Amino acid sequence: MLNLLSIITFTPLLAAAIMALFLRGNDAATDNNAKWLAFIATVATFLFSLILLFGFDPQDTGFQFVEEREWIMGLTYKMGVDGISILFVMLTTFLMPITIAACWNVTTRVKEYMIAFLVLETLMIGVFTALDLVLFYLFFEAGLIPMFLIIGIWGGKERIYAAFKFFLYTFLGSVLMLVAMIAMYVDAGTTDIPTLLTHEFSAGTITLAGWQIVGGAQTLMWLAFFASFAVKMPMWPVHTWLPDAHVQAPTAGSVILAAVLLKMGGYGFLRFSLPMFPVASDLLAPLVLWLSAIAIVYTSLVALMQTDMKKLIAYSSVAHMGFVTMGIFAANQQGIDGAIFQMISHGFISGALFLAVGVIYDRMHTREIAAYGGLINRMPVYAAVFLLFTMANVGLPGTSGFVGEFLTFLAVFQVNTWVALFAASGVILSAGYALWLYRRVVMGEMIKASLKQITDMDRREKAMMAPLVVMTLLLGVYPAAVTDIIGPSVAALVDGHVAALAAYEATTDAAVRLAQN
Amino acid sequence: MIASDLIVALPEVVLALFAMAALMAGAYGGKDKLALPILWATAAVFVLMALVIGAGSYETRTAFGGLFIADAFAQFSKLIILISAAVVMVMGQNYLTARDLMRFEYPVLITLAVVGMMVMVSAGDLITLYMGLELQSLSLYVIAAMRRDSQKSTEAGLKYFILGALASGLLLYGASLAYGYAGTTTFAGIISTIDEDGMSLGLLMGLAFILAGLAFKVSAAPFHMWTPDVYEGAPTPVTAFFATAPKVAAMALLARVVHEGFGAAPGDWSQIIALLAVLSMFVGAIAAIGQRDIKRLMAYSSITHMGFALVGLASGTAQGVQAMLIYMAIYVTMNIGVFAFILSMSRDGRPVTTIDSLNQYSRVEPLRALALLVLLFSLAGVPPLVGFFGKFYVLWAAVQAGMVWLAVAGVIASVIGAFYYLRIVYFMYFGDETEPLDRAMPPLQAGLLVASAAIMVLGVVNLFGVESLAALAADSLVR
Repeated sequence: MLNLLSIITFTPLLAAAIMALFLRGNDAATDNNAKWLAFIATVATFLFSLILLFGFDPQDTGFQFVEEREWIMGLTYKMGVDGISILFVMLTTFLMPITIAACWNVTTRVKEYMIAFLVLETLMIGVFTALDLVLFYLFFEAGLIPMFLIIGIWGGKERIYAAFKFFLYTFLGSVLMLVAMIAMYVDAGTTDIPTLLTHEFSAGTITLAGWQIVGGAQTLMWLAFFASFAVKMPMWPVHTWLPDAHVQAPTAGSVILAAVLLKMGGYGFLRFSLPMFPVASDLLAPLVLWLSAIAIVYTSLVALMQTDMKKLIAYSSVAHMGFVTMGIFAANQQGIDGAIFQMISHGFISGALFLAVGVIYDRMHTREIAAYGGLINRMPVYAAVFLLFTMANVGLPGTSGFVGEFLTFLAVFQVNTWVALFAASGVILSAGYALWLYRRVVMGEMIKASLKQITDMDRREKAMMAPLVVMTLLLGVYPAAVTDIIGPSVAALVDGHVAALAAYEATTDAAVRLAQN
Repeated sequence: MIASDLIVALPEVVLALFAMAALMAGAYGGKDKLALPILWATAAVFVLMALVIGAGSYETRTAFGGLFIADAFAQFSKLIILISAAVVMVMGQNYLTARDLMRFEYPVLITLAVVGMMVMVSAGDLITLYMGLELQSLSLYVIAAMRRDSQKSTEAGLKYFILGALASGLLLYGASLAYGYAGTTTFAGIISTIDEDGMSLGLLMGLAFILAGLAFKVSAAPFHMWTPDVYEGAPTPVTAFFATAPKVAAMALLARVVHEGFGAAPGDWSQIIALLAVLSMFVGAIAAIGQRDIKRLMAYSSITHMGFALVGLASGTAQGVQAMLIYMAIYVTMNIGVFAFILSMSRDGRPVTTIDSLNQYSRVEPLRALALLVLLFSLAGVPPLVGFFGKFYVLWAAVQAGMVWLAVAGVIASVIGAFYYLRIVYFMYFGDETEPLDRAMPPLQAGLLVASAAIMVLGVVNLFGVESLAALAADSLVR
């Protein structure tokens, strides 16, 4: 199929348009139809993406399934996937039906809710498949609109503050990237990502307003991209929008936010920062490594003290994203393999954890840890599922959480032992907060009167957890399922990075020798 | 000779004659009974003239010894002016009729203002420039004060008149300086003087004064003070008109003056324009945050948007002009949609303009709320809506001209500006339940609102070909 990627990307949008135009009425039947239509559309998208996965050749490190069309202003509509992006597409299409299932109990403005999620799915897939700078930016930024509405309309009590903070924070981060993109366009004369990947941006030291900038234009562009991706990731200290957004967002919104939207930052680092600005990446890698290490320890400590379950998991997400950035900027095979693996696995685990919180929130309408206790007595299945994902979150061997953390530590240890050592203490803390949360919510005697009537997970909830359980365990015992696909592309990325650095050092050495002579 | 000159300026001549005929018809035909037919006839003539101009040749022709220039640039600007004027006029008729403001002078004055604008964008000489500008301004002063029994409307008209007269004075003074130092008032003459002898101090002063006068007309900060009051005080259809065609005309005129008259020394004016741009973007974005009245908010929004259009102009290149033209075309389209909505805002038949009256509008009218949402995000410049491409073009032009700092300032202002558009969305979608607005909306206004929103979404595909037309227009101006 020639337009497979476009089909995958725009199927949800098409469903949303159909829903908006042809689905009328305000009764329960309409709501039900909307839910089923959304579910079918997302499942269909997933099935299409399976064709993509089976047709994908991991040994080919170039872009596959490429489609290209003329657009305005010398831009192109160009789509394609390589080993780095394909799994993110799969992650998105895999999680969307689960997300839709998670909002089955929503009763307010169901049609609009479904439309928002379907539009969001298109935009998320577009981010991972776009091969044109501006097209990427379009998808990347447009995702803010549905998410803003999802938080603002269907969120919790403080939803308005959270929605505004989410929008403006991430918008501010991204606009600087836009300027850098335009500068790249002017410099390279194209917005075609494959071409830009081979374009050498100048890295000679420049002076700007009296400041010496080592790495020159590359450093400035790198910083602009960093502003965007670091906010999106989010990295410490620009992570503060995330806890607010997570806590206020409805369950399905949290799942998407944690499982997919955060991964856009990591994907951006891999697609742009590292390969396009190798010199700047190398120069600033220590900064990123230390920020990541601080994030891991600091947010783990913060997570320890949370009284709100969602907030706790949100902080834990920030900590886990710290491993990702650490792995990426270690810039070796294990690091990047580990980072991608960690992102995929975190997609399943954090998604499942938010779903788990949603399960009890639906019953008790509170997220306060103190309101629960002893759930194991009445909810054995829930307790088992929650335990699995708690352990996966901690990084227990045998679950997917372990592989990513292990690989990134392995990588960082080779690059910067101190960072590795410091970050490792975060792992202990993560065990602390996760297990403590589990103890307070699930273990012990059931003392609270309000919990006496609580029921275990129903069939829908089990069905939506099951695929996540399977994936977490599968990737835990057979990580090659991921690394075989990403390996060759990552190897090519690392080789290119090393070669670019070597070339840069050769030229600077030559310049130094010339100056000495 | 005269005949060939007249043919070049035929659309303007026809419109002027039409204005006179309409005036006679109105005066002798039982006054306001004919107002509605005249209004429709005017709109029809505008569209007809737009067709004539659009079908005309793209070659540059001059008339009256270089006083009047008809080129692709003028053509592009006139198309936007005529079409937007026709649409805005027709759009406001329900509002005017319902509030007993439908006077036959209204379409006549708008016609005269449009003639003024068309002369402005075709000006090849400082005298023509001034003539067009004054014809436009005088007509606008009057329609700003059209609601004679309203204190706010009269105040708006008076304020606009006094400040406008001051700006005209500045411009005239600048023109006289330019004449004194260049020895000629034609743009071609001025540019050749600068080519030969360089930019003299007197010419530079003249240029600065001319720019100040024109900055007032485009409502660029720090010459923007009249905008919020006039927007608020004037009847809404008039505000809608102010926000569209005159802005395009003034911006096009500005482009023409700097490129045709002072194009040989872009370094001298591009700094001034860049400063105006930065100030406008930030003043508009920051001052709008505190606004509670949607018309005042749109006034500040227009100041910000003019700032962005000026960013394109500040780059001093053909790409910059092209970006500015595309930006203006998009801006006008968005504003027509938003004002179509504002015109319909009423409660129990009385117009309302406070933002919080939109509380939970999305529950009452989901489709219109969605259309407005699209327009607001487009105004904020969030992709994938067309408003983003307007910003993208001007930023691109600025970066290409080496003005990265200007682009950075622009994007930061756009984030600040996003806040107040989001606030409107907030009221529509997340606000508290209050007494809802009237649901009735004339089908024409509703249609325009939805159409304009649809353009913002569908335009992503190829911007409806505006790009190549704007490129043609820009090339005819910047050589």
